[in-house]
Order: sequence, then structure tokens, then C-alpha cells
Amino acid sequence: MKYLMFVCTDSEPDTDRADWPDVEAWVAENDARGRRLTGDALAETTAATTVRVRNGELLVTDGPFAETKEVIVGFDLLECADLDEAIEVARAHPMARQGRLELRPVVDLDG
Amino acid sequence: MADGPTDPLAVAAAVAAASAGSYARIVATLIRVTGDWTLAEDCAQEASALALTRWPADGVPANPGGWLMTVARNRAIDVLRRASVEQRRLRELAVLTSTGAESGKAGDGEIVDDRLRLVFTCCHPALSPEARVALTLRTVCGVSTADIARAFLVTESAMTRRLTRAKARIAAAGIPYRVPTGPALAERLPGVLAVLYLLFTRGYDADGEPAFADEAIRLARLLDRLMPAQPEVAALLALFLLQHSRRDARRDRDGNLLTLDRQDRARWDHEAIVEGVGVLARVAADGPYALQARIAACHATAASAEATDWVAIAEAYDRLARRQPSPVVELNRAVAHGYAHGPAAGLALLAAARAGGALDGYPLAVAAEAELTARRGDRERAAALFRRAAEAHSGAARRALLDRAAALLPGP
Repeated sequence: MKYLMFVCTDSEPDTDRADWPDVEAWVAENDARGRRLTGDALAETTAATTVRVRNGELLVTDGPFAETKEVIVGFDLLECADLDEAIEVARAHPMARQGRLELRPVVDLDG
Repeated sequence: MADGPTDPLAVAAAVAAASAGSYARIVATLIRVTGDWTLAEDCAQEASALALTRWPADGVPANPGGWLMTVARNRAIDVLRRASVEQRRLRELAVLTSTGAESGKAGDGEIVDDRLRLVFTCCHPALSPEARVALTLRTVCGVSTADIARAFLVTESAMTRRLTRAKARIAAAGIPYRVPTGPALAERLPGVLAVLYLLFTRGYDADGEPAFADEAIRLARLLDRLMPAQPEVAALLALFLLQHSRRDARRDRDGNLLTLDRQDRARWDHEAIVEGVGVLARVAADGPYALQARIAACHATAASAEATDWVAIAEAYDRLARRQPSPVVELNRAVAHGYAHGPAAGLALLAAARAGGALDGYPLAVAAEAELTARRGDRERAAALFRRAAEAHSGAARRALLDRAAALLPGP
């Protein structure tokens, strides 16, 4: 199954500062195992643009779709056997401690 | 239908017993092979329904569980054939035998009971706690949706929706049908045991659904048989057996709840106590359930309330409080110390447990203070506290207990 993992900030990061994993090592490990298909960091939300079309009219606004304290700062597309494997991949990411990770299964519309 | 050779009541009892004994196995196996939770449940139920119409005429088969498994499997093949499912699945279904079907090979070649997979999937942390309990009751225990809905105080259609959502979530989120191995098992097992514990409490609670306690015990027995090397599983089974041994002695003739010291110990289920103590003897480790079970064993094996080994109980609560600190454990620890070392010691610990407001609005904390205050001799204050505790409590049976405690305080 494919999971899109949203990498998010969190207002209450882990207070235990010991042994935070290294993101480079995480990427290398999961790329090597073929579990990470792609991924990147995102520019700050001040660079975000929201686009809507209503009644034929294009509405472009600056800023993200929803204004929250916790923001998406990156993403990774994972290929895992099941949710348990995806959870293990996510727990090893430094942002599991510093922020939070959201795992969203990708729906295969052709399947 | 022709007159059956067997007494209809006996046949109905045989169907009920066979269904209870094999429901989880049938559902678990059909889920593994078909991947379809609803189909598995429907086929298991239809097999029991067919038994009710066939066995009175044909007689109870020699292997009732095997008969149900075969009928459920054939039904699943029919349904899937009509839905033109892939041949591979049909072939897999066709080779399921009537008895040896419960074991499917895990990835590493280890044989894993399908029922264990089912329990771990129903109790997966990616499901909401309520969904875990409801799904376990429905799928593993075969309790009807209507009965589950009643226990959760929702309508049957709301419960049906909740169960459907949970099953859809298992498929959509990719929750595996697997028993975790290695360190993951140690991480996940407490969550499974927590669901069983919740199930038991729902059943054992004074205003609860008694059948759920039996289901929890049945499940704990099953887990203990399938995972004999897990001390906390054995400890949980022992805890259930020991607590449940008091079920018939908990109320007086009018249905009022009785505290431990007022119960007729001859009415405790001594067979269950012997079994519980025996199971607990296998447990050497000091896990949270082991400590609670040892506390329950101290109560269950005391010849009278006065003969209770409160020093041992207080000591077990000390260890439990270190191991799994919580306001409720601290409250019980205070009560135990009150019996072991005098009400003043208990009240001091209770005051410490309530510092910071952790037990505010918790009626049993007020009840404990009332009990300790009464034993210290301050009857007037104790009576007022008992009434306050009763007013704050929502469960009708427990409220009656506290009201009566206030009324029964010995006069001067």
C-alpha cells in the first residue's frame, strides 16, 4: 500500500531530547529499502497560495487553506506492506518526536 | 420437517454451545481467506441458523463445531462464486477442512491461530477505543449488534454504523490481519489486554451487562491457551476469575450491593477461586495485572474480612503505584494502608492522592474518606461524607450502596 506521510509541526514536541534520529539517515535507510518513493520539505506557509473556482470565477488567496498552529512542513510517499510497517517507518522519523506525522493511505483509483 | 430424534431444547442448547465454541474460529478463518469481515460474520451466523432447523431432524452431529465450519465455508464459497471472485480464493476456501482450519501459516512459518489474528486486529491502536471493544464483542465473541448497542447506550442502527465504519477503516487504513512479533508484540499486547479488561468491567460493573464478563473470561482463557508464555495474559485471566468469583454474593436479597466485609463468603465461587489462584501461581513477574490479581487473591482466600492480609495488600498497592501510577491506584492504596496500618495512615495517603485535584469529582474518593473517617470514630462527619459520595455517583446500584453505608453507621 502507498501512504502519503504528512510531516507536521506540533505545539508540544517530545521533552526527552536524547537520541533524536537523524533525518538524513532515515531517508537513506528507507530509500535503500524501497519504502520511500519520494518526499521533500515544503516552503513556509507564507509562500502558500490557495486556489478556488466558484461560479466560474477564479479565487486566489494568499496563505494556506486552514490557519492552524500545526502546519505541514514536508511529505514523504511511502510504499509499505500495511499500516504496521508504515507506523514503524514513521516512528523512526525525527519529526515523530519534534512534531507529528500523519499517515494517509493513497487510494488506487485504477485498482 | 419430520419429527426429530432429539429433544428440541437439548438441540437448541447443543447449537448454542457449538456456536459459542466455534464462532470466533469460523469468523477468524473466513476473514483470513476471504478478507471480507461482513461475509465471514454472515456465514458464521447462517451456519448456526441452519443448525437450528436441521439438527432437530438429523440429530446433533458428532463434531458440531466442524459441521458449522463446513456449512459456513460452503456458504462463503456460494456467495463468492456468485460474485465471481478470483479462483485462488475459492480454491483456498475449498481446501479448508472442518476442524483444522483455524491455523494459517505466518510469514516466518510459525503457525498462528486465526482467532489470535482477529483479536489483535480488532484491538489495533489505529482504531478508536470504543470501536475496539465493539468490534471485539461483535466479531470475536459473536454478540449481537443489538446487545452491544444496549450496553453502549446507543441505538442499534448507530452501533451498526459504528461497526461498519470500523471494518471499513481496517481495510482503508491497511490495518494488517496479523499477530505482531518480537518487540512489537510487547508493545501491542497491553492494548489487547486493556480491551479485555474494559469488556470485563462493562460486564462486572454493578449496572453493567453481565454476559460481557463471561465473554471477557472466555477470551482471556483463549489468549492464555494461545500465548502461554505471556505472564500478563495469565495474570489477567486470574484477576477475572478471582473478581468474578464474588458475582453471586455481591447483592443482598433486595438486589442491593454489598461491600466485601458484608458478603457471605460461602456464596463465593470457590472453584473459580481455586482456578484463579492456580493460574496466578504460574506468574512470577510483577506486571500490573499480576499485582492486581495478587491483591484479588488476598481477598478471595481470606476466611473472613477480619482475616484479610491487609499488610500484603498494602504492599502490593505500593508496588502497583510505582509500576503504574494513577490517582485511582493511589486511592486504593490509601484504603489498603488504612486497614493495614490504621485509619490515620490511610487518611494521610488519601490527602496526598487528592492533592492537586486529581480525584476531584470522583465519588469513590469521598466514599473512601467516609469509610476511614467512620473507622476513626467521627460518625457525624462520616455520615455526611457518605451522603455526599452517594449524591455524586451516577450508577444507581452503587448510589444505593453508599446511601445504605451512611444509614448503617453504628450509633454511639
